[in-house]
Amino acid sequence: MSNSRKLPDSKGYFGEFGGRYVIETLLPALNQLEKEYTHAKSDPKFKKELKSLMRDYVGRATPLYYAKSLTNYLGGAKIYLKREDLNHTGAHKINNTVGQGLLTMRMGKKRIIAETGAGQHGVATATAAALFNLKCDIYMGTDDIERQKLNVHRMKLMGARVIPVTSGSKTLKDATNEALRDWIGSVDDTHYIIGSVVGPHPFPMIVRDFQSVIGKEAKKQILVAEKRLPEMLVACVGGGSNSIGLFHPFYDDAKVKMVGVEAGGTGKTTGRHGATITYGTKGILHGNLSYLLQDKNGQISPTHSISAGLDYPGVGPEHSFFAKTGRAVYKTVSDKEALKAFELLNRLEGIMPALESSHAIAQVIKEAPQMNKSKIIIVCLSGRGDKDVTQVLDMAGND
Amino acid sequence: MSRIEKRFSELKKENRKGLILFLTAGDPSLSITEKLIPKIFDAGADIIELGIPFSDPLADGPTIQKSFVRALSKGVCLKDILAMVKRVRKKTDKPLVFMSAFNLVYKYGISRFAKDASSAGLDGIILPDLIPEEAENVIPVLKKAGIDPIFLAAPTSDAKRLKKIAEASKGFLYYISVKGITGDSKPSAVEVGKQVLEIKKTTALPVACGFGISTPKEAAKIGAVADAVVVGSALVKIVGEKGTVNSKIENAVKFVKALRGSLDKTKRSCFQKSF
Repeated sequence: MSNSRKLPDSKGYFGEFGGRYVIETLLPALNQLEKEYTHAKSDPKFKKELKSLMRDYVGRATPLYYAKSLTNYLGGAKIYLKREDLNHTGAHKINNTVGQGLLTMRMGKKRIIAETGAGQHGVATATAAALFNLKCDIYMGTDDIERQKLNVHRMKLMGARVIPVTSGSKTLKDATNEALRDWIGSVDDTHYIIGSVVGPHPFPMIVRDFQSVIGKEAKKQILVAEKRLPEMLVACVGGGSNSIGLFHPFYDDAKVKMVGVEAGGTGKTTGRHGATITYGTKGILHGNLSYLLQDKNGQISPTHSISAGLDYPGVGPEHSFFAKTGRAVYKTVSDKEALKAFELLNRLEGIMPALESSHAIAQVIKEAPQMNKSKIIIVCLSGRGDKDVTQVLDMAGND
Repeated sequence: MSRIEKRFSELKKENRKGLILFLTAGDPSLSITEKLIPKIFDAGADIIELGIPFSDPLADGPTIQKSFVRALSKGVCLKDILAMVKRVRKKTDKPLVFMSAFNLVYKYGISRFAKDASSAGLDGIILPDLIPEEAENVIPVLKKAGIDPIFLAAPTSDAKRLKKIAEASKGFLYYISVKGITGDSKPSAVEVGKQVLEIKKTTALPVACGFGISTPKEAAKIGAVADAVVVGSALVKIVGEKGTVNSKIENAVKFVKALRGSLDKTKRSCFQKSF
């Protein structure tokens, strides 16, 4: 496991997962991106620019907050929240879009496109586009446009065009299909900012590296606060970018347990969930080989989650690698449990988590009471829940 | 000599260009596809490419996407399509190839697929989301079973990649004539011609051009600079359109005949020497 930090390999594999399963047309763009990223990574100017934008524009470092009331309420392990919700635009997604925005500028491309589910990545991409003065088109499923109206307006205010996607299940998966189709035709002047640790190599690596700032900061902060590492990390997993961001810097700290939380939806038996690692099988979607929710013939299964950001049939190949090798464990949290966690964190801490992040909180509610008071959990609060208020109110009204 | 190689060598002798027609297997039903195949061959097709319906196609435009939705609503799957190929094989000895998302073959099992496809009488397969670098374990299995792996070259491929793609391919090489998805923008004969010449420097394989070719006139135009043309969305539209089974077949046959006629007016040009 000690050489794991070197993954992916030169072909973009994390063990048996990853790779490049794309149409030939896109290959040169992927090669160009990989080359540009390799240069940028060792370019002091790029590093300096990224660091100063992270500090002055995004607002990093984000706090590692000791959630005293939640800890006392649950009566077990000490709970720390990594406050990605306090980033500019309200989620961890901006860490990646600012980084990839800088790469776009280096490549001399004038337009960026992105897919979005909950709208957080769309907003973060539109923000980067405004910041770097790039043209921006965001693909979004019409179902998600309906449940995330606020974010649609935010994107438009920042000058992005939101293109409704009506194909398939009209959610994140279909928005990703449409963004990839756009890119096949626009690859010369357009960069595709994938929002999660998915897609063909080098995307899972690049997005992970930009999101690793979460785990790097958390590690430093916990060493200051507690003089030691935590027993457990908890984060939600859709495509898996906030979780990889938190987990990756702790990879070699074998005593730190990692728990990824998938969308249990309304349960396995109903077939309405987004728990790709828990219930999926190996397959290829959106450019990589990973676990996948698919039927026996290899057709992609419809998914469901109360949270648009977790409503996705695939998962990042590095997570599949973590699951297969046992480095991380993956659990499911139902829609109902996530809603309860949403309410609890509001009430106890005055913090409104996104429905995605509420899944992670719900898992902490299960784990913390079973752990001794001397133990420590860090949970990634990947985004804030303002975007979800209407949806939560509507559901409360239906009860 | 495989059926594909045989067909291209006949075309060369006849001084004609190849006509490849794309049909979505199972659209609007598998029995209609089965009826269409021999008729489309009779109307002048040299090769038929059967699209295997997938829930999440990436390189396909709206027309083919919709045809996949129609076919999947009938529950069409790879196993049934292979069984249909086996039945059709008794009626024709012209080449049949699949175009499929790699996941469907991966899930079916690559060895199992090669074995079943071979016994059904399939001749080749195009896997648009599988590049040669990812196909190292797939190519030998297919070749051993007598299934020609046909890889895609793109307008964005440089000389080094073209060589790699040509080396991995057997039967013919598929050149994507536009930067975009199927049925999208119109290819330029000049641009296509330039890239086909580049490909010809690296391989003796025939080059078929597809994506964006929808009329007899366009087929002739691109046919003038390639060894074969692929027409997909335009035929899929005819087959998927409203109407009786007979009228669909009739219109499809009429369309293929028009393509054939237009293409046959195209004389072999600068490529004659190279294959």
